[in-house]
Amino acid sequence: MCSPARELKFPHRHLLGIEGLSPVDIAILLDLSEAAIEVSRQVEKKRSTLRGRTLINLFFEASTRTQSSFELAGKRLGADVMNMSVATSSVKKGETLIDTAMTLNAMRPDIIVVRHAQAGAVHLLAKKVDCSVVNAGDGAHEHPTQALLDALTIRRNKGAISGLVVAICGDILHSRVARSNILLLSALGARVRAVGPSTLLPAGIERMGVEVFRDMQAGLEGADIVMMLRLQRERMQGGFIPSPREYFRFFGLDEAKLKLAKPDALVMHPGPMNRGVEIDSSVADGSQSRIREQVEMGVAVRMAVLEALAQHLPNG
Amino acid sequence: MKVQSSPSIAHQPLALVHANLIDPAASERIDGGVLIVDGLIRGIGPSVAAPNLPAHARIIDCAGDCVAPGLIDMRAFVGEPGAEHRETIATATAAAAAGGVTTILCRPDTNPPVDDAAVVDFLLRRARDTGRVRVIPSAALTQGLRGVEIAEIGLLQQAGAVAFTDGAHSIRNAQVMRRAMVYARDFDALIIHYAEDRDLAAEGVMNEGEFASRLGLAGIPREAEAIILDRDIRLVNLTGARYHAALVTSALSLDIISKAKDAGLPVTCAVSINHLTLNESDIGDYRTFLKLAPPLRHEDERRALVAGLASGLIDVIVSDHDPQDVETKRLPFAEAEYGAIGLETMLSAALRLVNSGEISLRRLIAAMTLRPAEILGLPQGRLAIGAPADLIRFDPSEPYVVDPLKLRSRCKNTPFDDARMEGRVKLTLVAGEIVFEME
Repeated sequence: MCSPARELKFPHRHLLGIEGLSPVDIAILLDLSEAAIEVSRQVEKKRSTLRGRTLINLFFEASTRTQSSFELAGKRLGADVMNMSVATSSVKKGETLIDTAMTLNAMRPDIIVVRHAQAGAVHLLAKKVDCSVVNAGDGAHEHPTQALLDALTIRRNKGAISGLVVAICGDILHSRVARSNILLLSALGARVRAVGPSTLLPAGIERMGVEVFRDMQAGLEGADIVMMLRLQRERMQGGFIPSPREYFRFFGLDEAKLKLAKPDALVMHPGPMNRGVEIDSSVADGSQSRIREQVEMGVAVRMAVLEALAQHLPNG
Repeated sequence: MKVQSSPSIAHQPLALVHANLIDPAASERIDGGVLIVDGLIRGIGPSVAAPNLPAHARIIDCAGDCVAPGLIDMRAFVGEPGAEHRETIATATAAAAAGGVTTILCRPDTNPPVDDAAVVDFLLRRARDTGRVRVIPSAALTQGLRGVEIAEIGLLQQAGAVAFTDGAHSIRNAQVMRRAMVYARDFDALIIHYAEDRDLAAEGVMNEGEFASRLGLAGIPREAEAIILDRDIRLVNLTGARYHAALVTSALSLDIISKAKDAGLPVTCAVSINHLTLNESDIGDYRTFLKLAPPLRHEDERRALVAGLASGLIDVIVSDHDPQDVETKRLPFAEAEYGAIGLETMLSAALRLVNSGEISLRRLIAAMTLRPAEILGLPQGRLAIGAPADLIRFDPSEPYVVDPLKLRSRCKNTPFDDARMEGRVKLTLVAGEIVFEME
């Protein structure tokens, strides 16, 4: 089954963020993802779309699920996949970034997937290399494939995204997932809420097209989607919130709070979860949770992104 | 006060004729010429024309271009001593001459810092031997720029330092600031302070607000500047020290300065050319050449600064010239160094404000000549009989495009790379001697 968007070509050479993507661009990627899900559910999962191509996973920040998800996606499409985890000292990070980029570029990869602790680092790298670049998370800026897999999960469960009320809850200040999701879900017509304590809300967020709630109960009322964010351990003590237990009391998702959302509301989390801090186990593992489905969608979305970018590769 | 006499005095009289004379102290436009004898201004106005000139005088016909005092830049980093890979007095003053800057007050946060009379002496000698324009040192306000003990203000002043500042460092401890002010007052020494609450600025790398949030960068609120500025003004009120805010960037700070001035306190302030002509949106796609300290602010703040300059609330425009080599700028935004070069483009960039009708040419020039001269107690910066003949000729509307590779500074980190400018310096004189002439 082909929707009209399938006929269109993804017009960008890189995927650096959701910013700059049109709703049609997003639809192209989501439709490609649907096809990729079918591939991943068969016994024979291997395709030859990227046969002969080289994919490098360049991770300056530790990651298990994103890196393995990109690795599987690349392998299922037939690419040769190389994983590089670059341990870096904080001072040398930048130099390593440019130097590593130039070195890898000389090895003629076709696609580089990059994660880096600094916002904008992936943009910088993209300017230095000849191949396509995928942002797998840059600082607190963007994590576009996470937003795409979240959108895919929502679309498959709810049929459409337009008109849904999505409550993004927790540490929005430090979250690239939140930024990408705000951009993507707003672009597709969802009503996005940002829910969290003021210390974890970025300045000017109300001008990013979201409705802001400092009270989680109010923020969850009538929500179709409850998207929880991970609270970073280093932010738990005193700096931004007084303690994990106070945070859980006011902003942790438990069954009582979830009841305020719509009865058929979905619970999502980009992982890894802090059970008992931002989310209660009964909710994380409950019937409304789509957290494991998100992981499956992750591989599909990354296959779709790689396939879409491959159309721009030389000889592609 | 000691005026360094580095460029030797020209003996042949020189006359700049057919000029639009921009006298920052005058209220009206004057046409005519300037006569220079022995490095000093000896004649001004319509009478300086062909039949009245000394027989052996050299005559330069300005063809209606503006002639104004050379610019005095109160904040520039010239690299010496210790950062010669970024800039030297030779390269900084070459850039200055081409930009119409004839006096540079150099920053003391060098390596070693200018907290010892011997370093002041070193700078003055280097400036005499290698400088194309005047370079006068500011000295550290605290020893080692550490913000703990007061520097030897008396000895440094005797050696030739004209102002006291910790450069890019803000003094955290109010007690130290108070003592520095009390002590400086006894020497009638000028304190220049970069006001930033470091705890509040914390990890911030650009202006706090929607734009930083979208880029995922940590922000610095305007309050980080205002809080320290407010503290300092209260201490000025307590001590009577002469205080100059090195860089103001927001309407909040202007409110504080305005109240201080209304109360008659000896307070002045400067704004950088960058904050007058650029805003945070210019950072765009993580352009590190626009990573500045303090950060570029919202357009509303920029407008407030221009209005403050037009009303005279802001006294001075500085280049805040800060050369950074490419390697420290070619990094992810948060890891890149702060700073931009500006000596050579300051006047051109400032003329944007005149050409867009935001400020009068005379007011603009006064903020780069007469006002800094008054604050620093310098005889130049004036179009007056007997004043040093530090002069520039410029066409306020000549268009050109900034080519970073052609800039004379050792570093090319200009926020105006490939920018279209209107207004260009054609001739620069220091003590009557030509130090720059456009080909």
